[in-house]
Amino acid sequence: MKTVYVDNNATTRVAPEVLEAMLPYFSEFYGNPSSMHFFGGQVQKKVNEAREQAADFLGAEPSEIVFTSCGTESDNAAILGTLDSYPEKRHFITSRVEHPAVMNVSSHLSRKGYRTTEISVDREGRLDLDELKESITDETALASIMYANNETGVLFPIEEIGEIVKSSGIPFHTDGVQAAGKIPLNMKKSTVDLLSLSGHKLHAPKGVGVLYIRKGTKFSPFMIGGHQEKGRRGGTENVPYIIGIGKACELAKKHLEEENTRVRALRDYLEVKILEKVPNTLVNGDRNNRLPNTLNVSFEYVEGESILLLLSDLGICASSGSACTSGSLEPSHVLRAMGVPFTAAHGSIRFSLSIYNTKEEMDYIIEHIPPIIQRLRDISPFWKDYLKPQGKG
Amino acid sequence: MWDYTEKVKDHFLNPRNVGEVENPDGIGEVGSLACGDALRLSIKLDEKKRIRDAKFKTFGCASAIASSSALTEIIKGMTLEEAAKVTNQDIANYLGGLPEEKMHCSVMGREALQAAIANFWGQEVTKEDYEIVCKCFGVTDKDIERAIKENDLRTVEQVTYYTKAGGGCAQCHPKIEAIIERVRKEMERESPPPKPDKRKLTNIQKIKLIEETLGREIIPALKADGGDLELIDVDGSKVYVALRGKCSFCPSSEFTLKQYVESKLKEFVSDDIVVEEVKP
Repeated sequence: MKTVYVDNNATTRVAPEVLEAMLPYFSEFYGNPSSMHFFGGQVQKKVNEAREQAADFLGAEPSEIVFTSCGTESDNAAILGTLDSYPEKRHFITSRVEHPAVMNVSSHLSRKGYRTTEISVDREGRLDLDELKESITDETALASIMYANNETGVLFPIEEIGEIVKSSGIPFHTDGVQAAGKIPLNMKKSTVDLLSLSGHKLHAPKGVGVLYIRKGTKFSPFMIGGHQEKGRRGGTENVPYIIGIGKACELAKKHLEEENTRVRALRDYLEVKILEKVPNTLVNGDRNNRLPNTLNVSFEYVEGESILLLLSDLGICASSGSACTSGSLEPSHVLRAMGVPFTAAHGSIRFSLSIYNTKEEMDYIIEHIPPIIQRLRDISPFWKDYLKPQGKG
Repeated sequence: MWDYTEKVKDHFLNPRNVGEVENPDGIGEVGSLACGDALRLSIKLDEKKRIRDAKFKTFGCASAIASSSALTEIIKGMTLEEAAKVTNQDIANYLGGLPEEKMHCSVMGREALQAAIANFWGQEVTKEDYEIVCKCFGVTDKDIERAIKENDLRTVEQVTYYTKAGGGCAQCHPKIEAIIERVRKEMERESPPPKPDKRKLTNIQKIKLIEETLGREIIPALKADGGDLELIDVDGSKVYVALRGKCSFCPSSEFTLKQYVESKLKEFVSDDIVVEEVKP
């Protein structure tokens, strides 16, 4: 059975070039970058090179790059490390549609006695900027608003948000995990103070991330230990993985255009064909401001886990915002925050593409989606009611 | 990914009895689109009030579809009285088990069956004197009580897995805790642990009872830890045993004998029992 992998917002394939760059740094050049001898020194040189690659990708200075263990650590460090620097300020602003790495930090802060504000979104998943403006007070220590949503791909106007936040002198963090590699990033011209990246969403392996910290931003280390990363993150550098994410950043910069042309065209093709072939299907999220690789569609009157397992039976790997797939009983917090009706939220499927996808793969999905949905609708007690005129609405 | 059994996968990929029977004698509908799963069961009886045909339509995840399919297979050929006794465990067992988080799918099957039977008798499903405990999923105190009793549930998390109650805003968790505490007390009162029979025993009765008690209360627990125990002799109130397996060289074997074996034998056989170890 062939595998059609369209779940790249969950994780990506490690690029062969990335793996190749990493391999010598396991058992050949295994020195500690902090060592005084040549054996450590040559490794330090490679870590510096990776830092330059990451900085180049983000339009930043190498000194503004901190390597971490994952996107979640970057988010945690950014938020907790900033709040720690402003102990007298007890208010935190975020959005209702963040990744758990930010959302659950917000709940944690609220349990610790912080006041937290979660800005709402509209039906298209767009952030309420007026609410954001009104929420800022003298007490606000930090605003953390994601760049692009992992479930719907909706892009927030990060620079506009940054203007609002920065005009009140408040530091601004953005979770850029999904945006990186799909949206051009240039920290030199940005209002962002802190930005999180994750390696494995960028064709580097799992277990490595980046935190960009703008020069001059107050920050206390989250991981306390040695002098590594200029004292901003203790712990011996995860050398092969850092080399991997550096290489991945270099490749991502190169592939940015392809993501926005060929991958976008594939996504649009998939979207148009699915909407054309399957009735009662709707796209979740602002179609005009979306990552080029992400498509979140809801098939009404059917349930997402069933769709996923039937797709999986054909080798197609996607994901769902349905309740049943997460082990929780409620559909995705993102779709609920957007007010997507329950008829649709439970049947939401996310396809997220990468540069490794092909048109043939899209055709394979397009061929199999309509019979799968029809099959589940035939079993669903609501579909027949819907088809009856009196059952509508 | 969920760890579904082959049987669950089979009933999901090849569901049996999909649809609606013609001129049904009973229809049971439970769940809703908002809840994320729903089941409509229709049954047709023969002249002897046996279920001749059963069909389902389900909106839900793989285990909801498989549970519905299993339900229809289980109840076909049953009398209504027999069908009324089918529990959610029967459905789960038929499928070779369900992940605990998915047990509510089997409960939905049982509820639809109850509703279809009630529908045949021309009754509304008896929902008098109930209180909605979980407002997010519309689960009543009666639903929760029944799930606790039938599935021997002990925690709020388990109640959520089986009934969905408490799986939304979580505000009802204290109420669910109170119900668990009340129902478990009731369960203990209704079926207290077997009372030891402490009449005067003949030697043969005593030895038999000792053997039974060791086999039921003690040896399985020792075996679980890699140990074992053998009854060597009984002399009046003295019981001679030998420890085997890991127990035989366990530093706490003295403790095992006195605190565990002797106290169990005192409880179930006779108050004056003294346990002695026979060393090899």
